[in-house]
Amino acid sequence: MFQDSIDAREAFGWKFIFSNEWDPVKEKFGALPFIFGTVVSSVLALLLALPVSIGVAVFLNEIVNKTLRTPLSFLIEILAAIPSIIYGFWGIFVLAPFMRSTVQPFLQSTLGFLPFFKGTPYGTGLLTAAIILAIMITPIITAITRDVLKAIPTAQREAAYALGATKWEAIKMALLNARSGILGASVLGLGRAIGETMAVTMVIGNRAEISASLFEPAYTMASVIANEFAEASGNLHVSALIEVGLILFAVTFIINSFARLLIYSFTRKTEGK
Amino acid sequence: MEEEKLNIISLPVEDDKEIIPEMEVIEAEQGGREFEVETKNLSVSFNGRPAISDINLSVRKQTATAIIGPSGCGKSTFLRALNFMHDMIPKSKVTGEIIINKHSISEYDTVDLRKKVGMVFQKPNPFPKMSIFENVVSGLKMNGNKDKKNLNEVAENCLKHAGLWEEVKDRLKEPAVSLSGGQQQRLCIARTIAVSPEIILMDEPTSALDPISTQKIEELIFNLKKEFTILVVTHNMQQAARVSDHTAFFYMGKLVEYSRTRRMFTNPKEKLTEEYITGKFG
Amino acid sequence: MEETVQQYTSVFAKPKNLRRRKIVNSTMLFLCVVAAIISILPLFYIFFYTTKSGISSLNWDFFTQMPKPVGEAGGGMANGIIGTLILVSLGSVIGIPVGVMAGIYVTEYSGGLFSNLVKFVTDVLSGVPSIIIGIFAYGVIVIPMQGFSTIAGSFALGILMVPTITRITEEMLKLVPQSLREASLALGVSRWKTTLQIVLRTASGGIITGILLAIARAAGETAPLLFTAFGNRFWSTDLNQPIASLPVQIFNYAISPFEDWHNQAWAGALVLILLVFVVNLIVRIVTRDKFANKV
Repeated sequence: MFQDSIDAREAFGWKFIFSNEWDPVKEKFGALPFIFGTVVSSVLALLLALPVSIGVAVFLNEIVNKTLRTPLSFLIEILAAIPSIIYGFWGIFVLAPFMRSTVQPFLQSTLGFLPFFKGTPYGTGLLTAAIILAIMITPIITAITRDVLKAIPTAQREAAYALGATKWEAIKMALLNARSGILGASVLGLGRAIGETMAVTMVIGNRAEISASLFEPAYTMASVIANEFAEASGNLHVSALIEVGLILFAVTFIINSFARLLIYSFTRKTEGK
Repeated sequence: MEEEKLNIISLPVEDDKEIIPEMEVIEAEQGGREFEVETKNLSVSFNGRPAISDINLSVRKQTATAIIGPSGCGKSTFLRALNFMHDMIPKSKVTGEIIINKHSISEYDTVDLRKKVGMVFQKPNPFPKMSIFENVVSGLKMNGNKDKKNLNEVAENCLKHAGLWEEVKDRLKEPAVSLSGGQQQRLCIARTIAVSPEIILMDEPTSALDPISTQKIEELIFNLKKEFTILVVTHNMQQAARVSDHTAFFYMGKLVEYSRTRRMFTNPKEKLTEEYITGKFG
Repeated sequence: MEETVQQYTSVFAKPKNLRRRKIVNSTMLFLCVVAAIISILPLFYIFFYTTKSGISSLNWDFFTQMPKPVGEAGGGMANGIIGTLILVSLGSVIGIPVGVMAGIYVTEYSGGLFSNLVKFVTDVLSGVPSIIIGIFAYGVIVIPMQGFSTIAGSFALGILMVPTITRITEEMLKLVPQSLREASLALGVSRWKTTLQIVLRTASGGIITGILLAIARAAGETAPLLFTAFGNRFWSTDLNQPIASLPVQIFNYAISPFEDWHNQAWAGALVLILLVFVVNLIVRIVTRDKFANKV
């Protein structure tokens, strides 16, 4: 891949990352809009997914009894197994219209003074993509958070109860102790969101622009590759797309290695006790 | 004479012969027998920490030797060294010499050695995906014996040997895990003798079993020593007294005393042995 | 431990209003329940909506007919279904042996530098976006062969399957008790025969479920196929030619403006969802039995 993208590097150098112009017709390629779209949609997705995931993990591990736990965790597993194309499809036909007609006007009327919620509500755009991504990464973060919570010795929880803690206080203590593991889980979820392609491609709107508004269409690294690669015109275009892929690979590689290290070190620490 | 030089703790001169006349018979039977297992300065360490050190011990053919001692004294480590099981564990180091059947262990191929030296483990461990029959012949089968008639014969023979035949002859096709714990252990013994070893190592073979199953295994050991050389690690001193000809007492990775079982339990040489046997520690 | 004690006492030492603490307690627990409901909701919605929209087009024709041109009702995705079957089967031929062998290597011969490297690579590979795998397959196969092909698509899917299979093989082999390996070795059976005939056989149920999961996942993959297998409107079983696949066809139909095609796409989506559901259910049942028997 490094070799295949050499043309683009020779043509644009570091400007490739910082230029926000992407025009296959004029053969000008800058990846900044994609990097922006990827980062914003993924981080937003993580912010939406994290509290829900922790809630679900706590619910499944600490609150619900065994008869309900099995089917519920099965359903969450299914959520992780559904192909992303189906999420995207559902996103176009169900979520986007719903966003256009209900959520976005509501946000505009209540929080419209913020720059994030300005602009025409198209339905598709950054926010919708982030919501789809959040749904998709929730099962992943939940699963790892559950493992991390399980790794905390029962004795610690019992100690908290023995000191007169309420159930939530005991759980909070467990969560605090598990924070590095949960951080690892979130980073892993972030990595997944960054690399997610089909669902995002279908709902983000696919326009290579940088805008403060979350309602505006945007573009991500993965989706520009998906959309343009097969019909790329000219060597430079292909080369530029491969370089985008290279950046994406590097980013996910770093993020995943970091997450794995966090999780490994957390589980080793608790097992060692 | 050679033993003296090598500082092997030799079998003591019998001073209790007069008191126990049948000892004479046993001694006459066994004294002439060759040594089957000998260790010279055998030491094993894990991660640089010694588990057993300088063990010198020799066992005669077709006898049963019990190895006793408190937990963590290295008795299992010693047993596993005889079978080369330590090469499964990373960072373990074995020094000294083990002589099996007059040949140093280094002259053997590990796999061949293990065919000669069978092992029965603490917990019964039949292969879960196999039937009773398959379990018994698994060693032969995996080593390439595909002769059906021969396998059937071996299975029947070994199961009879292990005293299990009458109980399972009608259900050989059933999964091995459907047997009770004691039956499973006897199955494992049958599986071990199926590859016709010369030596059988047993690592606390009854510690996971109920008293009746234990009794059956003990009877089995008593019978098996007519054909095999048996080394059995046990926690249970009565068991050692019941089944073995000789007993070795290990403490903190050292061989403290090694003598005739009867002598060991009636008149131990070492103070430490006496204290252990009488239950002062352990 | 000391640290923990301090944490606890620091919280409980403050005299707090018990009633307020109890309210916080029930509010937070309630929020957890809400979170669980929120997370499950999309699943039911997607399931419901896909069924509703797809069921009308899901008939025998869907599996046996070729796509019809725009404007004509009916037709099916026979080429896509066959294409997916071919792609996934060929992918499995690549992915299963490599995945299982890597899993065996990592668990049974662990400790060495190389096995740690294998472990790290599979971990990282499992986090690499599938579209990157697609680019890789493009560079390795499409460019040298000068054209999109079934082989390139299968190759991409095969690579995608490897980390899942390796991971599950590893987990399942770890569940095989050490005593079984020792028992086999003590019978004078060589190490690789022990691995193959005892360890692998004991873990086979779990490994097969892992393979099923990987296959279900590969069957739904779209991104890496876009520029490897590419897609094909027509019937093709030539391995050197582009080939249709169910997910890519769903994608193309979904972003088209035609109502008929949308319905077809929903039917395809329903097929995929059912596949995923059934496979996961099987996996659940099999693994539950496994733990119940303590094998």
